[in-house]
Amino acid sequence: MYSQKVIECFMNPQNVGEIENADGVGTVGNPKCGDIMKIYLKIKDNIIQDAKFKTFGCGAAIATSTMLTQMVKGKTIEEAMKITNQAVAEALDGLPPIKMHCSCLAEEALKAALWNYAQKNQLSIEGLTPPPNYVDEEEKHTHSEDE
Amino acid sequence: MIYLDHAATTPVKPEVLKEMLPYFTEEYGNPSSVYRLAQRNKKAIDDARAVVAKNLGAQPNEIFFTSGGTEADNWAIKGMAEALKEKGNHIITTNIEHHAVLHTCQYLEKHGFEVTYLPVNPDGLITPEQVEAAIRPETILISIMYANNEIGTIMPISEIGAVAKRHGVVFHTDAVQAVGHLPIDVKAQNIDLLSLSGHKFYGPKGIGALYVRRGLKLPSFLHGGGQERGRRAGTENVPGIVGLAKAIDRAYQDLAAKNAKIKALRDYLIDGIYERIPYCRLNGHRERRLPNNANFSFEFVEGESLLLLLDMEGIAASSGSACTSGSLDPSHVLLALGLPHELAHGSVRFTLGEDNTKEEIDLVLAKLPAFVERMRAMSPLYEEFVRKNS
Repeated sequence: MYSQKVIECFMNPQNVGEIENADGVGTVGNPKCGDIMKIYLKIKDNIIQDAKFKTFGCGAAIATSTMLTQMVKGKTIEEAMKITNQAVAEALDGLPPIKMHCSCLAEEALKAALWNYAQKNQLSIEGLTPPPNYVDEEEKHTHSEDE
Repeated sequence: MIYLDHAATTPVKPEVLKEMLPYFTEEYGNPSSVYRLAQRNKKAIDDARAVVAKNLGAQPNEIFFTSGGTEADNWAIKGMAEALKEKGNHIITTNIEHHAVLHTCQYLEKHGFEVTYLPVNPDGLITPEQVEAAIRPETILISIMYANNEIGTIMPISEIGAVAKRHGVVFHTDAVQAVGHLPIDVKAQNIDLLSLSGHKFYGPKGIGALYVRRGLKLPSFLHGGGQERGRRAGTENVPGIVGLAKAIDRAYQDLAAKNAKIKALRDYLIDGIYERIPYCRLNGHRERRLPNNANFSFEFVEGESLLLLLDMEGIAASSGSACTSGSLDPSHVLLALGLPHELAHGSVRFTLGEDNTKEEIDLVLAKLPAFVERMRAMSPLYEEFVRKNS
């Protein structure tokens, strides 16, 4: 059901881990839907120097996390803002329709990490709104139980 | 390949296939025709019916062949609902039935019936007392699965049968996972209707049967020709019927010995997983379960990702995580046990078969711990857990 590329990205995931003192951290998803994605960004001079992830989820969720973190590295914030879920899915040679939400989660996780970065530095990033499914680091997962 | 998904389906045994083959080619006659070619087929069906009946403690005229378990479930439940709608509109079932029963009940709810979904306990079982307490004057049908397809728990069918008989309520059981694996006697157990499916016990796909207790008025579900004594129209699937009979007969030969062997191997797998992998739990009652079933939840890990890693090693298992079955909702069975969503998403079901070996289980036990560890290293849930406990 998965493309060869998805299997590759799942079997050999890249950028797994945490970044200490990350400049932006974004967590999206909840246990109910079965996927939680957490993206860490290191940002310097408006450029994403490094990106890492931790993901609880299916093969597609791991693969989209790998692909997204690969795609954002070295990009400016403005360039990163243009990465869509379709672009992530296309870079993986497509996803099964039922798994497209994993690519949406990847885009949302990136936006959440950028939002976190902007909040911390009191910046305004053009086109960036408070992300849906945004989990504040302070109260993560606790609210999802009573949804 | 190491096949550990026998609850999904089983391979057709060579001796079963051998019985079936002539009915595709030389013995192709339509059983409803008058010439001898056709009459030989008619006899093959009659013989098969007698074999299926004998293995369930039924009479041949109480067995009706269907396209499988789903049709048998639909026929039994919708049929009884229709037949008894003047008498009442209440049906009792459980919250861990197969979708063939659950969705049929939900359909009937849209058509004026009321359904009580008895909640299972954390072990995945219901009690006869629960069933008895749910019976109302307008209760017309009790439909409770014999054994669960995901966690393998075995319901107290004889006791529920006694309750149903005492209250005069019709009792159906979806025995798709039990037939060919557990001894069944429909008379002694007071079962009125029982669904079964051939491919769960080394028979072919596309064939099943419904046992209907003699005297029970169950209207036709498929209308057309006069096959199955006018109760189930459609030209008979003769090769399938012959294969089903052969499969059920061989399944019940030496059943106790076969089950003892499978259970020993399954227990070896369960003990091995507990020994090697922290933070996991066996879903479903430890003892009251099918001898071949081990369903585990691995904390902080999603089930499908484990299945993919196992598949890369040639190990075929399945997941309670519905990601694999085209829906994003976690298993209704695991949620019914009270599991939180992340655990319900993190389950893997191993169902063993007659031909699995200790060497195969050893390989699973050698590979699985590293796979779980690998996925945990990627999991934000595990990261959080470690931080909280360090």
